[in-house]
Amino acid sequence: MSDRASDIVLSVEDLRIVLDPSGIDIDDEVSFTIHQGEVLGLVGESASGKTTAATSLLAYQRRGAKVAGGRIDIAGTDVLSASRVALRRIRGGLISYVPQDASAALNPALRIGDQLIEILNEHSFGSSSADREARMKQMMDDVLLPNDRAFMRRYPHQLSGGQQQRVAIAMALANRPKVIVLDEPTTALDVTTQAHVLETVRDLTRSYGVSALYVTHDLAVVACLADRIAVMYAGRLVEIGPKEDLFTGAFHPYTRRLLAAIPDITGERALHGIPGWAPRPGQRVPGCAFTPRCDWRVDKCETDFPPAEGMDADHQVRCWRWKEVRATSSAGDVPLRLRVPAVCDSVEKTVVSVRDVTAFYQSKEVLHGVSATLCEHRCLALVGESGSGKTTLARCIAGLHPFKIEGAVEFQGKSLARESRGRTRDQRQAIQYIFQSPYSSLNPRKTIRQLLAQPIGIFFKLDRDGTEERMVRVLDQVALDASLLNRYPEQLSGGERQRIAIARALAAEPTVLICDEVTSWLDVSVQAAIIELLAQLQLETGVSMLFVTHNLALIRSVAQEVAVMNDGRIVELGVVDAVLDDPQADYTKLLLADTPTLPAECRI
Amino acid sequence: MSGGSDSSLDSLQPLGTLELEPVESIPLGAKQRREWVQTISDAWRLRRTKVGSLVFLALFAIALFGRFVAPYEPTEFVAPPFSLPSSVAWLGTDFLGRDVLTRVLYGGLSVFVLGIAATVIGIVLGVSLGLVSGYARRWVDESIMRVLDVVLAFPSIVLAMLFVSILGPRLWLIVLMVGISHMPRIARVTRAATVELVARDFVKAAAAVGVPRRRILLYEVLPNISSPLLVEFGLRLTYSIIMIAALSFIGFGMQPPSADWGLMINENRIAITVQPWAVLAPVILIGALTVSTNLMADGLARAMMGIDRDTAVT
Repeated sequence: MSDRASDIVLSVEDLRIVLDPSGIDIDDEVSFTIHQGEVLGLVGESASGKTTAATSLLAYQRRGAKVAGGRIDIAGTDVLSASRVALRRIRGGLISYVPQDASAALNPALRIGDQLIEILNEHSFGSSSADREARMKQMMDDVLLPNDRAFMRRYPHQLSGGQQQRVAIAMALANRPKVIVLDEPTTALDVTTQAHVLETVRDLTRSYGVSALYVTHDLAVVACLADRIAVMYAGRLVEIGPKEDLFTGAFHPYTRRLLAAIPDITGERALHGIPGWAPRPGQRVPGCAFTPRCDWRVDKCETDFPPAEGMDADHQVRCWRWKEVRATSSAGDVPLRLRVPAVCDSVEKTVVSVRDVTAFYQSKEVLHGVSATLCEHRCLALVGESGSGKTTLARCIAGLHPFKIEGAVEFQGKSLARESRGRTRDQRQAIQYIFQSPYSSLNPRKTIRQLLAQPIGIFFKLDRDGTEERMVRVLDQVALDASLLNRYPEQLSGGERQRIAIARALAAEPTVLICDEVTSWLDVSVQAAIIELLAQLQLETGVSMLFVTHNLALIRSVAQEVAVMNDGRIVELGVVDAVLDDPQADYTKLLLADTPTLPAECRI
Repeated sequence: MSGGSDSSLDSLQPLGTLELEPVESIPLGAKQRREWVQTISDAWRLRRTKVGSLVFLALFAIALFGRFVAPYEPTEFVAPPFSLPSSVAWLGTDFLGRDVLTRVLYGGLSVFVLGIAATVIGIVLGVSLGLVSGYARRWVDESIMRVLDVVLAFPSIVLAMLFVSILGPRLWLIVLMVGISHMPRIARVTRAATVELVARDFVKAAAAVGVPRRRILLYEVLPNISSPLLVEFGLRLTYSIIMIAALSFIGFGMQPPSADWGLMINENRIAITVQPWAVLAPVILIGALTVSTNLMADGLARAMMGIDRDTAVT
């Protein structure tokens, strides 16, 4: 493009942000530009400093952080040196922000119409209130929401999550800003809703020529949306380039590992996690921070951070060995996935069976006559969006559903009591449940030793040494070191915590392992590692697994059978490969189409 | 990861945010470092906590050791009633001609001992009821909380006076009544914290493997609500001291001729214009005591809410 330099809307130069009293850097040497109408995807794991960098474009730092250097320029305005009064014009006028969780960002006490008008009034949009009314209606049309009075008079809680996020996008675009910053706006949404919101964002940036910075931890989400992608690791940009270049031939080892960690719905690639975790500010090693996790590391990496280099100005990378990385084909890095036996023999024993189960939440019926069976040594995936009843079904089996259940839940042919307290000790031991969030499922006041000792103490009569030995063994099974036993959960990363939760379940030597969205709180790279672990555990221990997830792309890597749920019913049940390759139910087709994946399958 | 990463970790970072790889690099204290210890050390960084604690300790020292430096016996007549401060009696004398300074030095211990005992009783009763009611929910919860509402509806001082006038001014009764008057509010705080905590998955996880309810409450829930309870303890201590002093003032608490700050105010108030020190000295001390416990409680509350915390989480 000849006029690229002239249509730069936003430029960031050498931005450095530090923690306030300690001076530890959160972000350093961050430089990028965004052209008019361009969507830049900013990708990084948790604690990589991506949100901090994104909000500083609006000259906002969270408590405890401050800008220590650099320059941010939006359409000729120096944002960081702007006065308080000027900032009020800039924020929402020149650049605006769409938060991660719209339900928390919209004022619950104000009608959405009032909130929209407020933004327009603050920036004196148009010349009359009629202008602003018209603008508001138009914005609602743009984000595909009704613009009638009745809808505008609603409160945020009367909208669905997707609608709330659309309102937040409408508010961000209301004053026709040059740039919008989208901070993981779809993370809290279901795949179907997410696909629609992404589509809306893309259409709006195209039709209005608005530039966007899209912050996410998931490369697959920006695969169809972004024009260029910037990859951030430990507060620094390690690679930035056009989307196609990154997906077909990334120069940085980290980018390649990130790509390999994306679950592939076609099942052509195996899922590969990145060992270790992204370091937080204050834990970063000198030199290149990725060194400890990198397969390509050389001595130089430990001392010096490489300069930005690349084939051309468009595609820059910061790696000492990028030329060698580039020379290897990316296909070589991603071996084909191990095909698991796919057919469930009828002779195999049924471990858990659910027949005609109807469950209530308080007095509302949430499961309507669901039937399913889980065979020995098998993994059944339970897939559906939030509210589909998949977790309710899993909890009914685990004895954690606090309300009325009708129908039969059986374990090895014997009926199970509704609550775990009503079950025998053997039944409680045989069925173990792993919770969604490892931040909530581990008691923060207990050491790992105390956490693991609990199930062992209840189910087995072991002496001190026997317990210790058992604990070391289960930690080994989840690939953790026994030295962690004396630590508290808060001293571990999210992925390690989830491994501890898995170890705690394994310590009971269960027959059935119920995994409830166990990866939804984790980064993509860590998610891949956990999925690898679960698949391997199932193969080694022969435990039967019920794998609950909203992500269809994951199930090929771990499950043999799948039940797709919608509105409290199972709409499709079958062998994984058959269901994914040739879905029968309309709902399964819809889910498949909306699951974000790599650009080869971009629908648009 | 090499040792190089550790040099960049300085003491400015709160321990909770660290994820160190070599286990030997974790300070030995970390193993025992519970959250309430963290809360106290965070609170100690605030000036209000330091000032509050120092004043509290100073007053406690006066109450505990004051009697050993007192110039006279508390019931000794040293000068004519309501004498102004002089070299004989530095703070003057009271309505019977006893030394005010001596009685102030003697009169603090009862305030402290009764105050702390009443607070402990209130905490034990309130926390037990709050835990049970927050975990059991439904009708158990309803019954406990509605009964406590009734207790709450009585003005606590009137409730205490009612029982004291029936059974006579006994010390254990006063302590018990003040404790009971704290019970409903402490139960409410405990219940609210418990309800929130019981929804967390680790409590469900414990229930799912069959941990008995009593153990869940004591080992899963209680350690996690220690911080709000610590704040509540500080706050309730203030109220206990005020109430016990007030009961002494209206004649239901400590009985003459014992030395007690609350009682002193009552005994000498008729001559406040003639010999103000007999009233002012105990008033200032009680005031300082309540302000200091409040400052400490406030510091703890701020530390617990995490205001002014340097976090390394993005």
